[in-house]
Order: sequence, then C-alpha cells, then structure tokens
Amino acid sequence: MTEPVKSKRITVTVDGTEYTRTVEARTLLVRFIREELDHTGTHFGCDTGHCGSCSVLVDGKVVKSCMMLAIQADQAQITTVQGLAFQDGSLDPIQQAFSDHHAVQCGFCTPGMLMATEYLLSQNPHPTEEEIRRGIKGNLCRCTGYVNIVRAIQALGAQEEVIS
Amino acid sequence: MSTTVTKPRTALWSGQSIPRKEDERLLKGQGRFADDIRRHHEAYVHLLRSPYGHARILSVDVSAAEMAPGVITTLTGREVHALQKPFIEIAPAPGGAIEDYCLAVDKVRFMGEPVVAILAETAEMARDAADLVQIDYEPLEAVVQAEDAVREDAPRLHEQVGSNVVWHGVYDYGSIDAAKQAADRIVKIDRLHFHRFTSTPIECNAGLVEYDPGSGEYTFWCNNTMPQFAAMFMGPALDIPTDRLHFVTQDIGGSFGNKITTYIYLTICAILAKKSGRPVRWTEFRTDHILGGSHGNERTFLDIVVPVLNDGTILGIEARAIDDAGAYPRYEPLGAVIWSQVVSGVYQFRNVKVDYTQVVTNKCPVGPNRGYSRMQHLWMVERIIDIVAHELNLDAVAIRKKNYIKPEQMPYETPNGCVYDSGDYPGSLDAALKLIRYEYWQDRKQSTRGSGKLIGIGIGSTLDSGTNNFGQARIINPDLPFSGNGEVSNVKLDLYGEVVVTIGTTPQGQGHETTAAQVVADILGLNPDQVRVLVGHDNRRNVYTGFSGTYASQFAVTGLGAVRGASLKLKEELVTLAAALLEADPDEVMLRGGTALVDGDEGRSIPFIGLANIVFANNAMMPPSLDVSLNCTYTYRPPFQLPDVERKQGNLTLTYASQIHACVVEVDEETGETKILEYACVDDSGALIHPKIVEGQVHGAAGLGIGAALYESLDYDAEGQMLSPNFFAYKAVTALDVPMMKTAAIESPSPFSPNGAKGMGEGGGAPLHAVCSALQDVMHQSSRALVVDSFNPSERVYRLLHQDEHAPRGVQVISKPS
Ligand code: FES
Ligand code: FES
Repeated sequence: MTEPVKSKRITVTVDGTEYTRTVEARTLLVRFIREELDHTGTHFGCDTGHCGSCSVLVDGKVVKSCMMLAIQADQAQITTVQGLAFQDGSLDPIQQAFSDHHAVQCGFCTPGMLMATEYLLSQNPHPTEEEIRRGIKGNLCRCTGYVNIVRAIQALGAQEEVIS
Repeated sequence: MSTTVTKPRTALWSGQSIPRKEDERLLKGQGRFADDIRRHHEAYVHLLRSPYGHARILSVDVSAAEMAPGVITTLTGREVHALQKPFIEIAPAPGGAIEDYCLAVDKVRFMGEPVVAILAETAEMARDAADLVQIDYEPLEAVVQAEDAVREDAPRLHEQVGSNVVWHGVYDYGSIDAAKQAADRIVKIDRLHFHRFTSTPIECNAGLVEYDPGSGEYTFWCNNTMPQFAAMFMGPALDIPTDRLHFVTQDIGGSFGNKITTYIYLTICAILAKKSGRPVRWTEFRTDHILGGSHGNERTFLDIVVPVLNDGTILGIEARAIDDAGAYPRYEPLGAVIWSQVVSGVYQFRNVKVDYTQVVTNKCPVGPNRGYSRMQHLWMVERIIDIVAHELNLDAVAIRKKNYIKPEQMPYETPNGCVYDSGDYPGSLDAALKLIRYEYWQDRKQSTRGSGKLIGIGIGSTLDSGTNNFGQARIINPDLPFSGNGEVSNVKLDLYGEVVVTIGTTPQGQGHETTAAQVVADILGLNPDQVRVLVGHDNRRNVYTGFSGTYASQFAVTGLGAVRGASLKLKEELVTLAAALLEADPDEVMLRGGTALVDGDEGRSIPFIGLANIVFANNAMMPPSLDVSLNCTYTYRPPFQLPDVERKQGNLTLTYASQIHACVVEVDEETGETKILEYACVDDSGALIHPKIVEGQVHGAAGLGIGAALYESLDYDAEGQMLSPNFFAYKAVTALDVPMMKTAAIESPSPFSPNGAKGMGEGGGAPLHAVCSALQDVMHQSSRALVVDSFNPSERVYRLLHQDEHAPRGVQVISKPS
C-alpha cells in the first residue's frame, strides 16, 4: 500500500489572479484563502457549515469554502467578495443595493451574503421574496433580522438587468 | 417605515439617513476584523477544554505535547495559578470568595472550560499536539438547575464559598402587603422560566496579543467591546499597572454584549505571549464560542403573587427570582441590580417585592446579552399581564391600556426612583395594532377555529434603558468605587486641516463613524464626507474613560454627547483664531464647507488648512494673545447622583427608549408548529440621528428575539453536558424564520440627553413577550394552559395545546370577600 498523499501542489485563480501553492491535504479552502493568500475579506464563523460567512463562487457556483478542501479547488476559478467591485473601485450593483438599503451592519456576514446573492441572481434574476429567503437561508446574519437584506435583493430583482 | 416626527428639525445632517461611511470597506471585504490582523512571527493558540460539566483534575501531562512538531510552549492551570492572581469579583461575600483563573486549576466547573493552552507554529500543529495531552479527571456530581443549586445538599461548585449562592437581596418598593389588602383578587402563579440563549455574533471572539519586554506593555488587537472593563480585571490579575494594557479594536462582527467578558481568554494569550516571546493569535471556532463564550442569563420566577382589582388594575407584583450565572460570575452579579432599571416596566403599579438570588451552576458563565437582565424581568411582567387577562377574562389590549403609564405622566418616577424621560406607550400600542391589522385578525381568529389551526394575537413591551448610572453597582456591593458614566471624544484639525474624530467606543455595526460625522458636520459646517472618524478603541489615542465601549444602549447619548462637546470646543477655537486673523468679531465668523468666513463679507475668509497651518507649522504668525491647539477633547458626563444603597433606590439610567411589538401567529394543532403571520415593532428612541440605522437596530433586535422565542436554546443535560454546542444543534434563525416585519417610529425626544436622543438597540426581549402573549391567546381558545416558559418550540406548544384539563395549571385566582 502506498502512503496517502499529505500535500499537493495546486493552481487556483482567485479574483483574477492565478496562484500556485503546495498545500496540506487537510487545509480547508477558507483557510487557504485567508491564511495562505491573505484574502481576509472571506470570513469564517462556524465549524459546521451553517453560517455561510465563508461563501465564495467556485467556477460560478456558490460554495461554503469551509466545506471544501483547498486541493479540491485545484484548477478552479474562484471569486470572493474582494473580486466583486468594478475595476475602478466602484461598487457593483449588488454591493450598492446592500448599501442603499442598509443591509450591512457589522459587515461580518456581508461577504458571504453578497456571494450568495450573486449566485441567486445569476440563477434567478427576478426572485420572489420566498425564493430570496430560500436563496440566502444558508447565510446567517445576527444583526439585521434579514429584513433589509431581503429588501436589497428584492430591489435588485425588480431591476431589468442585474449583473453586467 | 412611517416616522412620526414630533419635533421640527433644525440640523442639516443629524436626523438624515445618509449613506454609511463604514459600508464601502465592509462591502468590498476590506473591513479589518480581529482575525484579519497579522504580525510577524506570530504563533497560534489551541485550547483544550473540559469534556465534563464538573470534575476534579487529578493530573495533567503535557510532556508529549511539548515534544510534538511545531509546539512552542504549553500552559496549564497549575502554572496559571503561579503566574496569575485570581480575577477580582464584583460580588461581596459570599460570591466574592470565588476564585476565577484563566485556565481551570484543580477542578473544572463547566463543559468547555479551558484547561490547557498549546502554542505552536501553526493552528493545525497546535491542534495536533492537543491530542497528546493526558488529563485525568474524576467526574463529580453536577448541578445544572438553579433551583437545585440553592438546595442545602447541592453539590458545591466553589467549596470555599460555602454554598452556590453568589448574591442575594430583597427589593421592596411601595407596600405589597397594603396592595394585597386593597385587592379584589389575588392571582398566584407558581413558576415562570426564562431560558438560556445567546446572540452568537457571527464573528467569534479573537485576539492577537503581543508582549514588549522593553516597556512591559501588552498589546491586544482584539474584539473585546468594553476594553477598560477588561483592563480592570486583567491589570490586577497580571499584577501590572493597567496602563501596560494596550487595547486596539477595529471592525467588530457583532457583539450584543457577548464580547465583554473575553478578558479571560486575552489573559491566557498575554501569559503565553510573555512566556514565548511571540505574538499570539487566538480565534474561537463556533463550538468554542458556544461552549465557553458568554451565555444570556437564565432566570426562574417562583411564587408570583399579583394583587389586582376586578377592572384589571394591577396593584403590584411579588416574586422570588433565581438567576443562573453559570460557573463563574464574571460580569455578574451586576444583572442582579440592572433589572431594577425597569422594575415596573411600562406599567403604573407601584408595589413591588422581588426576592432575588443569584447562583452558580455547572454551565457556561453568563455575560451581558442584548436586553441584558431587563428582558428577563420584563418578560415576567408581560406574562403576568396576559395571565391576569386570561384568568379574569379581560381583553389583552384593554388591560394594557388601563395599566400603561400615560404620556402626560412623563417624566415618570418609578417606585424605585428611576425617571422615565419620555414616551407614548398607548400611542405606540395603537400604531403597532394598526400595523398588524388587529381588527382583521380578531375576526379571522373566530373564523379559523375548528380548521385545525388557531390564530393568536400577542403584544409585548420593552423598555430599553440606556446610559447606566454605574453607581447602581453599589447596590450589589457598597464597596465598589463606581458611579455615573461617561465617554470621551477628541475632535481636531490635523496638520493640513483635515477634521479627525476619535471616540472611546467599540462599534459593532451601529454606524458610529457615520453618526459621529453627522454631528461634527452640523457643528463645524461641513459635509460628513469631510469628517474622518477613526475606527474603534485604542487607548494609545488617550480618549477613554473606565466606561468606554459599546454596550448598554448609550452611544447616542454618551458617545455623541462627547463628540458634540469636543466639536463645540473646536468650533470655538476655530472661530476665535479666524476672527483674530480676519480682524473680525468672533460673532461674525461662521464655518462653512471647511472655511471660516465673515458673515456678510465672504471675501474675508480662511480655509481650515490655513488655520491648521498657523497653529501647527507657522506659529510665529499666531496672534500672540491666543492659546488654541485645534485639538479638543471633551468628556460627556450624564447628570447622575449616587443611588440610595440601603433602600436600593435612585436614578439608575438616563434614557428609556420603548418598544411595543405586536404579532399574529398561527399554530397548527396537530404539530404545534408556530408560524408568525404578522409582526410589527413600534420603536421610540427619542430624537433620531440616523433613522435607518435605528430601524436596522430594531430589525436586528427583533430578529434575535424571534429566534430566542421559537428556535434558540442552550440546553444541558443533568450531567452538565452541553447539548447545543454548534450551529447544527443551536438553531440560529435563518432568513426563512424571520417574517418581513413592519416598523414605525415615534419620536419622543429625551429631555435629559444633549440631543434628545435615547440609547437604543436592545429591544431584543420584545418578541419573546409578544410571541408568548400570542401563544397564550391561542391557549385561551383551547386547553387553557399557561405559557410559562420563554422558549416555545413546536413540541412545547403541542404539549400545551394538549395539556389535560385536569392537570395543575400553575395558577390560582383567589377572590377576596368584598
Ligand atoms: S464558516 Fe463556512 S459556513 Fe460557517
Ligand atoms: S451584518 Fe452583522 S452579521 Fe450580518
């Protein structure tokens, strides 16, 4: 029997930049992003995959990055909250709607909430309230009672074109 | 949100919901939270926690762990015993004899208590090494229920104390005996239980701690939300002057009071940092946080006696309260007095007698949690109102209106000398009922019966008492050298005329940067964009009091009071300096858009950069008679006196924001599932500086309260095993559980605060009251069971619905012969 592989060299693209690193096989993607790449915009808030503050897009799908190993993301395209704003630094429409509707208080759930919203609207550009609530049910927010988050997404859903 | 404004606005920026200054960085993932801090050569802590609720530690062997790859050092309770003095206790004897260390010494008293700390080159290495630590425990009988803890033969947590009682006192106002005499009937309720839950901010506790041997100073990059309170515990514990404790906070991912008591963990890190010479990084996992962070107070009310008149007038309340502090008091027993800020709630009764005992149990220590200590009491009061209405067949709205304090009675002095500053409780109730479409649901209630579903309508009130008079601590322990309250701010021009504001607070989403900028902008004639407010607390900035922090609903009063005072001082200096330079009378000088100019002769002007230049870089040009620094600090101090410790009386808080919540629930008779159909919050936080931020606080508090009412409970089994130590078992509310609540604001400006605002943010209890009230309404239509617990998941509602009609109901109404 051969020894199991304990580490592996991976290449991932995070927010448009390609990185190649050797990582321990057990390293969670969230820790890779935060500790190895120092992209601290992606947060973590639990150890059971419930809070969603670590949500990122992996090849266009929303993933809780604490529920995936970094080595599983080899060759993937990852978008984090730090890749949302426009090149010139201005807020993208989802970020702007969260600000306009005061859907951000402490801002700790926000990165994950934005990524969940991004994915929801990419799948369903005009969601109903119920669909919005289902879309973000895996993301906990303890500050807002979700009211203004739902309102921000409703406003986005009411727009013609959301994601450019 | 429909806002009823009762005062015309004079300010340009205060009162407007301007875009928040904090938002951009938070939305871009550029916020800086405690776990985002990095230091060169940092090392990582892993804490090994007790698997037992109560056990003796027979031996600890860290030798194998110390040899493990990457391990730098370890720390055990025995070592801590030699390196740390026990933390001070707030309680006098008997609770004052409790000895609390940052790691368990000889005995563990709750599941999750830290026992050994391991410091290693990586977090993973520290965790791996923890597997090699050998600890022998001898399990002891646990005491988990507060009512058991008071028994003579109960197992003792802290042997030297002689019992499990931390504090006991009797609060006796008016005359409950006279009220019983005067009553038509006496309603007796056997037991009401307020359950244990917590707000679980999404950011867990964290810190990065450095020790500088040259100066003896420790730096704590952390998310503690009351740093100088932490310093009060840590300085003596580490046997160093508190000025060697340098706290820095930055963005904080929610606290709700839960991050006040992290000094325990920061002390572990401090000892490790000194021992290892390395910056020490510590971040909780959620399981750590729920096991060993800070829980809300659980309280049991026994033998409740309520004298009433036949028309529903409540004459008073008598009860025994047993509060469960968990294994160590820490912030407690302050909660044992804090509830008395709202002794009669929004009601007029004036006879109150509460026999209050606080005990330790084998559970996680409690700490302040949104609505701290007041919501437990207010919940009991609201339960009493509904139960009395229910038993006397009175209308739940009518009995409230009859007993509410009326707006024309404001300011209203309560039986214990607190002064409610302003408010319109009946008006708020009317507004809330309108929002939930009360008439409609009253009709639907009748037509729904027999369909397998039942509709209930509930009302709950809270008073969010803000700006504590810390003198109330002396009611707990007369030797405590505290009284009053206060916050500090510095407002200055920087070298090139930038306006920079510093405050001692530790915001966690309340938007202090924004609201402080609004206040400064109004006073200095600027746009809020031109005002820079530094993030968080940093005692090197030299702007703090012992009370500094963000807790207990006070920023709008103390924080903004300080900002206002400092801005006014700076304004005066700017005007004086400009007047001298422009050869004008100070009365003629105004500040507009970053320039001082002469009113009516606007060609005579000098920009802030010019004024700054004169003072900071060109002072040979300073008019000789002037002494200005353009660097102004102000301490806001609310007008408080010492309370009467003997009689437990006095003005304990400055402002009283009020919330009246109303809701409609639908209960499935077959499953007990409760669905919220309508939810409304009417909030009165006085004059509003930023209505959207206030509304956001109302939403958040209500969201947490709905969670606590139906989903969230911290449960232990009889051995002290925690049954809900993560988000899998502790069901924090999701977007699917919280309805789209409706809100309205009434503005009754406070006559006592500098800006008419009231502290706010802690209306967290109201949903517990409102949901229980609605469930009581449901039971009134079915089994007639009493809702006696604050936590009502489906299975409990089901049991209440199907309670045997002959089962004891826990209530008695004694009619007195007329
Ligand atoms: S940290 Fe990933 S779900 Fe909580
Ligand atoms: S804004 Fe604080 S957790 Fe969502």
